[in-house]
Amino acid sequence: MSAYIVRRAIYAVFILIGVNLITFALFFKVNTPDDMARLQLGVKYVTPGAIAKWKAERGYDKPLLYNQAATGRHKFTDTIYFEKSLEMFRFNFGRADDGRDIAYEISTRMWPSLALALPVFLVGMLLQITFALMMAFFRATYIDFWGVVLCVLMMSISGLFYIIGGQYLISKLWNLVPISGYATGFDALKFLALPVAVGVIGGIGSGARWYRTIFLEEVGKDYVRTARAKGLSEVVVFFRHVLRNALIPILTGAVVAIPLLFMGSLVAESFFGIPGLGSYTIEAIQAQDFAVVRSMVFIGSVLYILGLLLTDISYTLVDPRVRFE
Amino acid sequence: MPFLPVILWTDALIYLLLAAVALFVWYVRRHEHLRAPWWRVAQSPAAMSALVVLAAFVAVGLLDSVHFRLALPPAAGTQAGRAAPVNVAYAVDVKSVLDLLLSSLANRPERTYSAPLATHAYAKETVAYPAKDGNPARQLRDYPRLKYGGAHLRDPQRDWRADVLLTGFRGVALALPLWLLGSIALVAACTSAQQAVSGEFWRALWRGQTELPWRSILVALALLLLLVVPVALLSARYHVLGTDKVGLDVLYLSLKSVRTALVIGTLTTLVMLPFSVLLGIMAGYLRGVVDDIIQYFYTTLNSIPGVLLIAAGVLVLQVYIETHPDSFPTSAQRADFRLLWLCIILGITSWTGLCRLLRGEALKLRELEYVQAAQAFGVSQWRIMSRHILPNLMHIVLISVVMDFSGLVLAEAVLSYVGVGVDPSMISFGTMINAARLEMGREPMVWWSLASAFVFMLALVLAANLFADAVRDAFDPRVRVGAGKLRFARTQA
Repeated sequence: MSAYIVRRAIYAVFILIGVNLITFALFFKVNTPDDMARLQLGVKYVTPGAIAKWKAERGYDKPLLYNQAATGRHKFTDTIYFEKSLEMFRFNFGRADDGRDIAYEISTRMWPSLALALPVFLVGMLLQITFALMMAFFRATYIDFWGVVLCVLMMSISGLFYIIGGQYLISKLWNLVPISGYATGFDALKFLALPVAVGVIGGIGSGARWYRTIFLEEVGKDYVRTARAKGLSEVVVFFRHVLRNALIPILTGAVVAIPLLFMGSLVAESFFGIPGLGSYTIEAIQAQDFAVVRSMVFIGSVLYILGLLLTDISYTLVDPRVRFE
Repeated sequence: MPFLPVILWTDALIYLLLAAVALFVWYVRRHEHLRAPWWRVAQSPAAMSALVVLAAFVAVGLLDSVHFRLALPPAAGTQAGRAAPVNVAYAVDVKSVLDLLLSSLANRPERTYSAPLATHAYAKETVAYPAKDGNPARQLRDYPRLKYGGAHLRDPQRDWRADVLLTGFRGVALALPLWLLGSIALVAACTSAQQAVSGEFWRALWRGQTELPWRSILVALALLLLLVVPVALLSARYHVLGTDKVGLDVLYLSLKSVRTALVIGTLTTLVMLPFSVLLGIMAGYLRGVVDDIIQYFYTTLNSIPGVLLIAAGVLVLQVYIETHPDSFPTSAQRADFRLLWLCIILGITSWTGLCRLLRGEALKLRELEYVQAAQAFGVSQWRIMSRHILPNLMHIVLISVVMDFSGLVLAEAVLSYVGVGVDPSMISFGTMINAARLEMGREPMVWWSLASAFVFMLALVLAANLFADAVRDAFDPRVRVGAGKLRFARTQA
């Protein structure tokens, strides 16, 4: 089992290197530092001097991959690829356009993101599973039918409308919680209540429907028929056998999303004014701050690959067949 | 009037798509095993009602995909009697057939916001009243009359309600004969003439017992016509869904958004489809090093968060547009190029799922006897992949294309909000929502833009979801087994 995990971990490192190369190509080769400087300084009235100055300030004035002018190992280290791209593996992201240290920003902003994303994930999943369980238990009845109709209806509504509707109804009309903002400590509760509720409701439709199909697939299996044949009641069959077995694909499938919770949600955070990584990313995209976008791409990939690794591990834990492969 | 046809990139791809769909239909009609699942789709009432709605949206989208530039009238000073000049100047703005049809909507801008069906503006302004009936001329803070909305009414306070109701009733009255004609034409076109004139058939239709769910189709058509015809009549004299900040008719904006949504929903999957099919089959069938490389490739791409990859791609495009202004003679062409680019980038982020599915299925298929028989006969690998594997994977491709559609339409709105969606000058649901978001804070609230975008999107996405579900149920063998069990459970209960 450990050999399998080590193999997967090594594979993960190779994928990370691939991501690193793709982002490097996208941000420095396709889109040269000169282009960035021109976009930042205004396209029309820009002098070569201004571009050179902009590049020197940010350390973009070096060769991309190989520095002919330097000596020894500096031929490779004194390049944009080494300083801007490889350094990210040490979580050294450099500075944003406003001069702040990106690594510091990320380390402070990921907590508000997590404070929003974790409750949405946990509560949402609990509700989705409960709802799916209800539909699957009463399968082929009107409860099931209308449940699916409701799910399809809810997943046909854009997430933006849930946010806008929630803000209008709860904050503006009923004045229950503030429209947007954030505070630390227990004050955060009143700011987080609405975003969490909106996030949970927005995810129910697709989630519950998906889990329902997993439950139904499980209900059709042979061991369920065996359980019925030995005279167990439908409730016992369902909650002791089907639920437990169906939870395996559900939980292992959810593991991949856990590390990404740190990234937060782009739209919800910017609508509700929560100073997390999602709103940081949006601000960077809108200000065309390439250094920040590049760092977020890298962090996001690291977290996703971590999620894949955790999925592999959880599979080896719950499914013995993987261990012996 | 002379015009210069303009074929935008996405137009060309849409025509190509239409041709492909026509070819596909022709192919399916000739093959019994392909006809059977489509026949199952056709028997689903929900799917066929959804198809009626989808067809209406597609019609709007197609009308909006035929573009041209109208010729400008000859410059003042040239004499009318002279022969037409050789060099006709064409207008800079690119129009579509839909623009022509809706010209009464598009060319009646108000100054700013106005509520649906309103006769007066939304905010008070200083209005000058001329001297009348002994009152002296004066200036008042009042709601000014709209320039076009309800301009034919002499006394809006008194006549407005009656006029709107009367027009609405006229629309309903017009919709009914249209519906009857349409129903008869539709039934006649789809069934044999012998059936269409038999009373037995129509009685079965009334009871909902026909083989195709004709009753649902006709009810959906009736509802659609009852909605469209009165709105069409009303929109000749009012702004049925109000106007937005710069006074543009919201109904016009909503209808124009349909094409953007359809393009994003269809072209995105189709742009990357050849790659994902080819790579998926190659990885699954050839295995070994090829499999490793392809798996590595799509896992790497998949690891990059989708939104950020799209953001990076769009930033790259912005730089390209800024540095190559000559490649885009009109702003419509620029916006269109950005739309296409968005489709490509979205496709790059989303093709990996399909590729993985196809790889898994190809892995299973290659072990089956008929493939091994082909190998034993010495059929080339390329031919096995294209003749024996590919046709047996097409149902997965079809399900994936149909299921992705609604998600992509929803994604467009979110991306436009983030600032990496379509060009700001392009009318889309995303830009509409984005612009309307801040209007909720106004007093009194401007709700109609948001509500229109909501209703149009919901109708489109819901119809697409319902149709996609039916297609999946008909084509996915796993689901069909499950459905059989459901029916079994019901007979037991």
